[in-house]
Amino acid sequence: MPDQLVVEVKGAVAGYGEEAVLKGIDCTVRSGEVVALMGGSGSGKTTLLRLLTGQLPLREGEVTVFGERIAGAKRETIQRLRRRLGMLFQQGALFTDLTVFENVAWPLREHTRLPERIVRDLVWLKLEAVGLRGAASLYPAELSGGMARRVALARAIALDPELLLFDEPFAGLDPISLATVGLLIRRLNDALGAASVVVTHDVQESLAIVDYVYVILAGRIVAAGRPEEIRASDDPFVRQFVRGEVDGPAPFHYPAPPLTRTLLEERA
Amino acid sequence: MNRGEALLLEVGAFSRRLVTRVGRASLFLGAVLRRSQMPFARPRLLLREIYTAGVLTLSIVVVSGGFVGLVLGLQGYDTLQRFGSETALGSVVALSLLRELGPVIAALLFASRAGSAMTAEIGLMKATEQLDAMEVMAVDPIARVIAPKFWGGVLVMPLLAAVFSAVGVLGGWFIGVVVIGVDEGTFWSQMQGAVSWEEDVAGGVIKSAVFGVVVTWIALYQGWSCRPTAEGVSQAITRTVVLGALAVLAADFVLTAFMFIGV
Ligand SMILES: Nc1ncnc2c1ncn2[C@@H]1O[C@H](COP(=O)(O)OP(=O)(O)OP(=O)(O)O)[C@@H](O)[C@H]1O
Ligand SMILES: [Mg+2]
Repeated sequence: MPDQLVVEVKGAVAGYGEEAVLKGIDCTVRSGEVVALMGGSGSGKTTLLRLLTGQLPLREGEVTVFGERIAGAKRETIQRLRRRLGMLFQQGALFTDLTVFENVAWPLREHTRLPERIVRDLVWLKLEAVGLRGAASLYPAELSGGMARRVALARAIALDPELLLFDEPFAGLDPISLATVGLLIRRLNDALGAASVVVTHDVQESLAIVDYVYVILAGRIVAAGRPEEIRASDDPFVRQFVRGEVDGPAPFHYPAPPLTRTLLEERA
Repeated sequence: MNRGEALLLEVGAFSRRLVTRVGRASLFLGAVLRRSQMPFARPRLLLREIYTAGVLTLSIVVVSGGFVGLVLGLQGYDTLQRFGSETALGSVVALSLLRELGPVIAALLFASRAGSAMTAEIGLMKATEQLDAMEVMAVDPIARVIAPKFWGGVLVMPLLAAVFSAVGVLGGWFIGVVVIGVDEGTFWSQMQGAVSWEEDVAGGVIKSAVFGVVVTWIALYQGWSCRPTAEGVSQAITRTVVLGALAVLAADFVLTAFMFIGV
């Protein structure tokens, strides 16, 4: 069903220590859509993903995935939701003691009772989709960063998820691998009819492939819109972010007292 | 604040940290025990862990068992012949191995070889987000990874202790009978007469099973709770070896005391 609400986040507040990292987030993702979540380091992007996978408790607000509330949900509910989503971790998070083939087969073996022959067929299809059929017998340590990312992608789509979460899929890739991974995300999302959330710093690449963009700063959504709206935005922070300028509203410094005070205190 | 108060504060803070850690580790053990169905429902997972832990430790257990047996033969003979009772050599060697040296030394070797490997593996899986990935793939890492390793360690420990004692007895026999020339028949019959199943053999098995629980628990908890960085993992490995050895020796004293009282 197209245009169905897959993720809905309303006024979400969450964090690790005393101070909340997410300070009231609103966003939605519909099926068929690829949504980018952009923002500087430490702004809370990974934290938001952890909220969607039920790995982090919600303090205030509401998070619904596939129409079910995550906060306070029973363990079985969360496990059921997790089976319908695939996540790509920043470093791939491949199982280092298994080959590429076995990594992709892993979710199938854990969650289905399919006969071995069918498992193998499915794995070959997923590896073909990311262009790495030839690397099936390699171990993760023998892969380049971009290849590892693609294997992890194949593993994430092994069970044909309806929601795909990508944590910085472009980080540390050369321009060609970067474009390859970007294209794959778009194609796989469309082929599966899934919804995707792409966390990224890479403004130009993601603006090229996504349908909608949320810009997050210090735990709040500060801008949202279609890629062309974001490009044309005259919001000072969004302009600074899209053009990658040092000077602007986004602070270069981690919060600290004035330098003079620090220096004086050193003397005292 | 005077020195006494400062010291008291230190002791207080230390005790609080200690109690917190022991509490967390106990909760972890509780979770492992509650989610232990998988290794038994899927025996291949369990067998793999038994095999890995066993193979890692077997060769050093055999070599050390041999040397300890040789030394026991020499020392035992030297002491016994002062009282003219060198015929008792067989029983001395067997009893020391079965009751003490087999379980304790095998556990120390297990902690430093298989235990440290477990900590390293879990710690690396944590640092590289493999455990997180499992969780997001709707597979409980405690049930899937930790529980099989735990039961593998617990089951393999008595086997290793038995191998250690068996090889040690052969070492003692080699020195006593082959090298020194104690009568072979006396050596074995003394041993057979002195060793009782219920007390000595069963006692040793109970000890080594307890050591298996303690060492595997420490190793897995250190890996599970380490800081997810290269430095954090290496510190956790060191702690597994040190804490594992201390815990084995302390547990040995407690168990021996109970066994002597006869509880
Ligand atoms: N496990 C944790 N425990 C405590 N604090 C954390 C933890 N993970 C993240 N934080 C803090 O939460 C804040 C947001 O972190 P988060 O990982 O969500 O940022 P991010 O937007 O993903 O950044 P990056 O782009 O660098 O990955 C940071 O200030 C970080 O220090
Ligand atoms: Mg992040």
